Order: sequence, then C-alpha cells, then structure tokens
Amino acid sequence: MSTDVEPKIRVRGLKKSFGTKRVLDGVDLDVMPGTGMVVIGGSGTGKSVLLKCILGMITPDAGEIFIDGENLLTIKPRRARELREQIGMLFQNGALFDSRSVWENVAFGLLARGRVNRTEARAVAAKVLAQVGLDASVGDLSPSELSGGMQKRVALARAIAAEPSIMFFDEPTTGLDPIMGAVIDGLIIDCVKRLGSTSIAITHDMASAGRIGDRIAMLLDGKIIWEGAAASVMDSGNPMVDQFVHGRSEGPIRMALRK
Amino acid sequence: MNLVLDPVAAIGRLVINIVAMLGELAVFTATALLGLVRPPFYVRNFGRALLDIGFFSLPVVALTAVFTGMVLALQSYVGFSKFDSSSVIASVVVLSLTRELGPVLAGLMVAGRAGSAMAAEIGTMRVTDQIDALSTLATNPMRYLVTPRLLAGLIALPLLVAVADVLGVAGGFLVSTARLGFDPTAYLQDTLTSLSRIDVISGLVKAAVFGFIIALMGCFHGYRSRGGAQGVGGATTSAVVSASILILALDYVLTQAFFTP
Repeated sequence: MSTDVEPKIRVRGLKKSFGTKRVLDGVDLDVMPGTGMVVIGGSGTGKSVLLKCILGMITPDAGEIFIDGENLLTIKPRRARELREQIGMLFQNGALFDSRSVWENVAFGLLARGRVNRTEARAVAAKVLAQVGLDASVGDLSPSELSGGMQKRVALARAIAAEPSIMFFDEPTTGLDPIMGAVIDGLIIDCVKRLGSTSIAITHDMASAGRIGDRIAMLLDGKIIWEGAAASVMDSGNPMVDQFVHGRSEGPIRMALRK
Repeated sequence: MNLVLDPVAAIGRLVINIVAMLGELAVFTATALLGLVRPPFYVRNFGRALLDIGFFSLPVVALTAVFTGMVLALQSYVGFSKFDSSSVIASVVVLSLTRELGPVLAGLMVAGRAGSAMAAEIGTMRVTDQIDALSTLATNPMRYLVTPRLLAGLIALPLLVAVADVLGVAGGFLVSTARLGFDPTAYLQDTLTSLSRIDVISGLVKAAVFGFIIALMGCFHGYRSRGGAQGVGGATTSAVVSASILILALDYVLTQAFFTP
C-alpha cells in the first residue's frame, strides 16, 4: 500500500458502549479505495455495530469516521448524509420490504433519489436482477414467495442498483448452504469489481472471507487485534487469529458462555 | 440497608425511564411533524394509511355507532319514562353521541383495529432491519413511515366520527320509532332543535386529536420495538393500551376546555 493514497474509509478510536457493555473500544480501520476489507470476529463482538456507526444508524460515544477524508461526525449533517448515500448495504437477512414487489424493492433507492420514474424503474430493475442471475419475471413476485438464496440475490440487487461506490455486506452467506454461499460470494465479487467499489464485509465464514476480501481484520473485545492480507490469515502467527480461523475451542480466546 | 434503598432505587429508575421515554416521544413527534412541511412527501403512503385507518375501519365504527345509538334510546327511555319526559330521549341520544360517545368509541375501536396494525407493521419492519434498510436507500424512515400515518389519523378520524354521528342517531331513531312508538317527525324535530354547532364541532376536534394520538402511539411503539416476535407483540399491546388511556384522559381535558365557561 502506498501512503499517499487516502483511504476511502478511515475509522479512528471508535468507541461505543451499550449500558455497561463496551462493544467497541477504540477501533482503528483503514479501507483503501477499490479494495475489499473483511472484518471477522465472533458473534456479538460488535461487527454490526461498526457498520451501523459508519452508516449513521448508531451514534458512537467517541472516535472519528472519515469517508473521502471528511469526518462524518463533525461535518454538517446534510453533507454527512450525502457521503453516506454512496454506501450500498446488504443486510444479513435481506431486509426486503415485504409490502412491495421484488422489482419495487430493487428500484427503491433509484426511485427515492428521483433518478428514474416508475416505468423506467421496472426496466432498470429487470437489468439489475439479471446481473444477480434472476429472471425479470421474478420482479412481479413478493419477497415472501422467494427462497432464502433468491431473497439474498434480490437484496444484493437492491444494494447495487444505485451503483454505490461503497458496499457493506453483513454476513452475506449466513443461513445459506455452502454452494449458495459460494454463488452469492461470486455475485458479490462480480458486482464490486464491475462498480470498482470499496467494500467492507463482516462475516465469520472463513471460506467466504477468503473469497471476497483483499484484506482481513479481526475484531475481538472491541478492538482490531490483527489486520493483514487475506491470503495470510490462515498462517498469521497470531494465536487468537489462529484459533478463530481454525475454529478451535481451546486457545487464548475464552468464549464467555454465560455472563 | 438494602431493604430501605432498593425500593427507592426502583422508584428512581422508573421515574428516569418515564422521563426518558417522554423525551423520546417529544423528539419523535417533532421529527415526524417536520416531515409535514419539508419535502419529500410520500403521497402514496398517505393514501394507503388513509384507507387503512379510515375506509377499512368504517364497518366496525358504523356497527358500534348504530348499536350505541339503539342502546342509548332504549336506556334513556327506561330511565326517563319514570318522569314522563320521553321527548328528552332524542336530545340525549344526539348529544351523547356527537359530544362523547361518537369520538371516544370510534377512537377506541380504531385504536384496537388500526393502531395495533400500525405498531405490528412498523415493529416488524424494525426487527427485520427494514427501517435501517430504508435509510440506506436514500429514504428517511420517519418521513416515509410515520409522517403519512400521523396525517392520515388526524384526517380519517373526524370523517369516521361524522359518519358515526349520523348512524348513531339513525340507530336511536330506529329504536324510538319502531320499538318505543314515537312519532318519527317529532323525534327528528327534537333531535335537530337540541343540537347546536358546538356539539358537532367539539366532537370532530376530539376525533382529530384522538386520530393523531392513535397513529402516534402505533408508530412510536412500533418504531422503538426490539427483540423479535415478543418485542413486536409488546409494542402492539403498548400502542393500544396507551392510545386508549390517552383517548379517555384527553377526552376529559377537551370536554373541560369546550364546555366549561
């Protein structure tokens, strides 16, 4: 990494507690433009909270979040909203609007931004659905009529429809069988490559992490304890990362079964 | 030691929670109302909410009004016949309906029907991340979900109550003429002479306030629901209970404001 290129996303000293539970305890993270960062970590380690802080759904207690070099927490709310509008998000369970048809879901962001009218939106939705391997006829169905894998594809289509320059993926393969997981990963890689987006994915699926990330960071106890190239994660030399990626129950990380 | 301090701490916690929630509610209401004056306006959502709250509540509100009017006529006949002043019945029916029972009963029915549905829908959207998804798709969830519903509640309830007033009087008329043997013309005459403008207007103003409260409680409790199916269930209950109690309490406040000199 050259040092003169500014990171697309830069997080510094991010802290967030819920009550007495400290979820993020000084997270530092840089994501360079056009690269994919995967954040791994156990369940409940605050991976989602990190994304939600960047998206502005949760206000952190302390720290800085920069997109394109501008600190989202200190600039005018309107400007922060503009910067955040370049983020497309794939939610863990899809979060499709069940009161809307599939094509309305896919075109939702475009309609909201007023970039297309309703007739054009249908055509755009069909095009985006094709990019995730779905037929245009799926567009007329309701999200509840789709299987889990198809819902994930629709959710991905909705996230990429506005061609965001930043993409967030929250556990993209959770709840899918390994083959469908690989298919979704493939689609994610295609989309991110085609749009040249910067991406952050959070997952605990190591196979998926290796496929979609250029770099991997591990979150533990509210801090990034290791960061490195995706290829080096399997022999990082860090005992905690080792334990996690090889899925050992014995090791330096003690799972708190009951607190 | 703890025997003394624990109850005090519990009361303190309760007070803090109540104050925090009131603050949250105030911010919530202000944010939603801001959406009324600043674009974008979600006209389609407003139309849907108006249908849900107003049109689809018509049957249940109409039935409530008709039966209430019928019962009022019957009860006041039983009561007033002792004093040989049966002509008061028309006036009792129309005044109780327009001033009190129309708005209150319609409000309670709509709180049970539409307020609960609102809380369940918005609550489910919250726990399935759909509300967060809205904000990642260049849409402000408060303006998209809450503002149209508040406006719809404010407008739908007076319309419903206007219908309820007419149907309630018709119910009373039906019982008085068909069952109690009153003269139809005289009954209608009595109804009209005992009714003044303020009776109807106060009822419609109450209805507007109740409609706003129903939508506000449905949206507020749905919006802040947490933790899956149980959370949504709790939000639905809270929405109906708080709306009902607020309707009854505000009814007193508004009656005092309108009818005491």
